[in-house]
Amino acid sequence: MTPDKLQDRLTAIVRDILDDQTILLNRETTADDIEDWDSLAHINIILAVEKEFNIRFDLEELKPMENVGELLDVIQGKMAPAAEALGELAP
Amino acid sequence: MAHGIRYPLDAGFLLRNKRSLRRTLLQSQGLLEKRIAILGGSTTAEVKDMLELFLLNDGIKPIFYESEYNRYYEDLMFPNPALEQFAPELIYLHTSNVNITRYPSLKDGETEAEALLAAELARFRALWDKAAEQYNCPIIQNNFELPHHRGLGNLDAYDLRGRSRFISALNSHFAEEARRRTSLHLNDINYLSAWFGLERWYDKALWHSYKYAMSSDAVPLLADSAASIIKAILGKTRKCLVLDLDNTLWGGAIGEQGLEGIRIGKETPEAEAYTEFQQYIRRLRERGVILAVCSKNDPANAQLGFAHPDSVLKLEDFSAFQANWEPKPENLRAIAASLNIGMDSLVFVDDSPMERELVQSQAPEVAVPQIGNDVTHYISTLDKIGYFETVSVSSDDLSRSTFYAKNSARLSQQNKFADYAEFLRSLEMKAEIAAFSPLYLDRITQLINKTNQFNVTTRRYTKSELEDILGNEDFVALYGRLTDKFGDNGLVSVMIGEVRSSQIHIDLWLMSCRVLKRGMEDAMFDRFVAAARSRDVTAIHGYFNPTAKNAMVSGLFELMGFTSTGKTDFGGTAWRFNMEGSYTPRNHFIEVTHDPRQTPGQADGNRAGHP
Repeated sequence: MTPDKLQDRLTAIVRDILDDQTILLNRETTADDIEDWDSLAHINIILAVEKEFNIRFDLEELKPMENVGELLDVIQGKMAPAAEALGELAP
Repeated sequence: MAHGIRYPLDAGFLLRNKRSLRRTLLQSQGLLEKRIAILGGSTTAEVKDMLELFLLNDGIKPIFYESEYNRYYEDLMFPNPALEQFAPELIYLHTSNVNITRYPSLKDGETEAEALLAAELARFRALWDKAAEQYNCPIIQNNFELPHHRGLGNLDAYDLRGRSRFISALNSHFAEEARRRTSLHLNDINYLSAWFGLERWYDKALWHSYKYAMSSDAVPLLADSAASIIKAILGKTRKCLVLDLDNTLWGGAIGEQGLEGIRIGKETPEAEAYTEFQQYIRRLRERGVILAVCSKNDPANAQLGFAHPDSVLKLEDFSAFQANWEPKPENLRAIAASLNIGMDSLVFVDDSPMERELVQSQAPEVAVPQIGNDVTHYISTLDKIGYFETVSVSSDDLSRSTFYAKNSARLSQQNKFADYAEFLRSLEMKAEIAAFSPLYLDRITQLINKTNQFNVTTRRYTKSELEDILGNEDFVALYGRLTDKFGDNGLVSVMIGEVRSSQIHIDLWLMSCRVLKRGMEDAMFDRFVAAARSRDVTAIHGYFNPTAKNAMVSGLFELMGFTSTGKTDFGGTAWRFNMEGSYTPRNHFIEVTHDPRQTPGQADGNRAGHP
């Protein structure tokens, strides 16, 4: 998945969770930049991300993150092995 | 009713859209506010959010007090001005096996194991005692889910030091306590987690990171279950199950294939599945759910199906029967009217998605479970969805279906009389109208919390509040039971008046719609006036507070001879009845006794259905 596409899907999740369709995210966005993105909302976002991308965060990764970029990298890292596994199966 | 808010619950959808769902649901009209304290032994934020959605979806707007993480014990047991000021109308103790203080260790013998069990139970009993004493409101208490792992393997289930055994024993004690304490209601998470699967129920990462005692997928299930109990406590459960026939109650179409062609009985797997569904419905009927038929068929064919020797349900099990070719929303209205209940008391079950859609769009108050068209899933859907959740099964529940069937007989008699007065006289009605007695308090509480139409103030009371009123000289609190030649209608009317400075104020006056237009309100008022007179009051004050459902009593006080004194604070009307003159009794058709002992059959529950 391209980084742009990934960021779009994460943006859609955050918009739904926070019920605000005007939210815009970039790699430097932090939770402090977005109204309502508190610790409880963060748990919801993480859980929704797990569902959306069908991945599971490790205990380490459930700790607070620096910014959206870090979250995107973790998601990308979780998805890459799965994608490679699929690639190996291709003829 | 939005997709995903009802079974099958869509945890992902709910999690992602809860804010927008909440925003939409908060715009509904006529929401009933309830103050609910959630006292948690683990993180409760998500539980609270989901509970709010499920309650809003059924017209209840919760105002929450939420304990800090794992402060359920301290919040309740120690002085807590915040909770006292909040004055909860309901307390939900959201605990689970993470809150068990100490399990037996392998060094412990039988005595120690039993002592630990007793200590754990004592801690919860102290909580319930304290809640009852200080807040006097219903309590919902989770029981315990089985442990995540079993240190002793299979032995864990029966060795006295096994954790599975410890939890099972604790659950048995909780059940016993809940049977004894009328205000204690168990949220059976032991069943829920087993049904859901313990492997899916637990999410250790979520526990270690955020202290949630169960997975995010399990939270909606847990909250839906708690919400069902709350709705049952508030009398917001449904009353009547309306069933389609072909491919719902039996396989095949009776009109085309005839009695021999339909599948019911034991001959084939499909026939067995329909039989099991009919047995499930029969059990619902036995505990007071009213049954009705709504089918596109010729009436003769529709009735024929119940003559099948293997049919579990018989024609007389149904209190209303609509078989014709009219649109189903119309027929549902006819059913509601004939049973004298609201459309929002109906649950409609039909295998046809088209019919379900039509009913859902044309009659949105009717509950339309997405039952699918596979008979093997019907029971599971109806069972999980909690439309008929109940906090107790009273003797009135057990006889209700019989009552409604008999009411049809009453209605058909009505046509044979020259005038209505003659009809009323022919019913040979006898009423028992007396002051509240402990024996009837369960039924009185139930009636108060579910009567919406003939109800001047729609004020709700908990059983504890009614216990305080019982025997208090400052209150005139009356119940009325009505019997006629067709059977016992049960306890059908309640009035509560409070005496303040030589005047009496009617806080509550309600009557079950089972007995509308029978003159029961006249008999009740006669008795109320007599009771007021014995307290030397100079006037009776009545109040009508309009709701979406009680328009039928907007003119009640005027009819009873009250004069208007203006408006109330709630947009209602206030009325005054002068007690200084003489009073002519209004009731002419009902023979009234004031002594509970004169009516047979009330001591061991009523004997409706045995005239």
